[in-house]
Amino acid sequence: MTEHAERQGWMGLLARAPAARLAALMGDAPGFDWLRAPEVGGVMVRGRAGGTGAPFNLGEMTVTRCALRLATGEVGHACVRGRDKTHARQAALVDALMQGPRAAGVRAGVLDPLAAEEAARRHARAAKAAATKVEFFTMVRGEA
Amino acid sequence: MYVAVKGGERAIDAAHDWLAEERRGDPAIPELSLAQIREQMSLAVNRVMTEGSLYDPDLAALAIKQARGDLIEAIFLIRAYRTTLPRIGHSRPVDTGAMRCDRRISATFKDAPGGQVLGPTFDYTHRLLDFALAAEGEAPLARQAEPGPETVPRILDFLGRDGLIQEEPDGDATPPDLTREPLEFPADRALRLQSLTRSDEGFVLGMAYSSQRGYGRNHPFVGELRIGAVEVMMGIPELGFDVCIGDITLTECETVNQFTGSKTEPAQFTRGYGLVFGQTERKAISMALVDRALRWEELGEENVGAPVQDAEFVLAHGDNIQATGFLEHIKLPHYVDFQSELELVRKMRRGARAAQMQEAAE
Repeated sequence: MTEHAERQGWMGLLARAPAARLAALMGDAPGFDWLRAPEVGGVMVRGRAGGTGAPFNLGEMTVTRCALRLATGEVGHACVRGRDKTHARQAALVDALMQGPRAAGVRAGVLDPLAAEEAARRHARAAKAAATKVEFFTMVRGEA
Repeated sequence: MYVAVKGGERAIDAAHDWLAEERRGDPAIPELSLAQIREQMSLAVNRVMTEGSLYDPDLAALAIKQARGDLIEAIFLIRAYRTTLPRIGHSRPVDTGAMRCDRRISATFKDAPGGQVLGPTFDYTHRLLDFALAAEGEAPLARQAEPGPETVPRILDFLGRDGLIQEEPDGDATPPDLTREPLEFPADRALRLQSLTRSDEGFVLGMAYSSQRGYGRNHPFVGELRIGAVEVMMGIPELGFDVCIGDITLTECETVNQFTGSKTEPAQFTRGYGLVFGQTERKAISMALVDRALRWEELGEENVGAPVQDAEFVLAHGDNIQATGFLEHIKLPHYVDFQSELELVRKMRRGARAAQMQEAAE
């Protein structure tokens, strides 16, 4: 699995990114052919009894998946939450571009900003949660 | 039985036109956008996603708008839409231990590592109407503080380490899926959990409450309640590895319950479990209580005949779409049924009257 860690990293980042933000960072897209045109479907999300036990079916989520091949031959895949076909197409384009000569530019222009923004979003939420953490203090009662 | 009766089309069309007009309300008032519903009615959205059994906040917002705020009608719309979706696959079981928690509390350990994080809760509010909300104001801002570690340990793991709570037998068996196979009894725990998570919140709450009041009591404590985002991972066959396909928000409740023990086994606590989409806390706690009550048989407890111990009763009646369908069909034309009953009653009365007259004559 570790050999794929880098690609897993950017595919996940692209799936979690706000579609409008990804679109704004993309710029001009290269030419491509569909291997699988964007398709909206459901994925059954599973949980585990007690959080750690045997799996059960929790409920479905909507996803959009697609696959494409750039004119230069690289194949990109995407499977992203929601029903936004543009999101899936752009995620697959970035996935493909990251396997070719433009990888460094795409990383700097698309992935790095998305990663920084996601980290900032997560940090802001964690900071709000931290502000609601209870700081207990003990009241001393009666004779010391 | 009901029969097809022609002639209602014009009335039905007119009724639907009026429904659309009433749905819009006074046109002088600005129309609600789906984004407004999604952002500002988010707990309604969460309930529709949970009971509609489909995580998609935009679709849930659309359903709520179309249903004029009738959440069961909205859930019906989502369930109907869900059946049209091709099933692309299933996720890996979500790792709620890696949740980035907005809220995380324990009623059993004050000083739990990671602390008591209240999050955006109604708890401790005074439940007084806030008339400031009746006026438009500036967007409120939450306070911030330096965050701790990204994830916090599971509280029940501390009990588990000392063997003080029953272990959850893990595994990777394919769980039964009631959206594919009709619910059958006896239902194993995986099937019960799937059924409970999509059951009606009010029904599950009532069942849970009945167990607290003594109908199948099992002494629950909320060991841990956590709400936050988890990553959904799925295997992509073409790639041969797992990828994250998005974040979803979940509410998880783990209860610590009455211990059991025997001559051979030392006493230990038992567990109940609730997991639902979105911030849906009342439902998650209710689900955990009902899950625990339904485990009486596997935990060797007595069946005291409480409704909450009866899996068939609970699971067969918790689905508000099935319940609504059967309940509301009785308002559809039953003219033929009723005519036959009317005929029967008249016949019985005629018979009784004839018998009386004959008696009087004799």
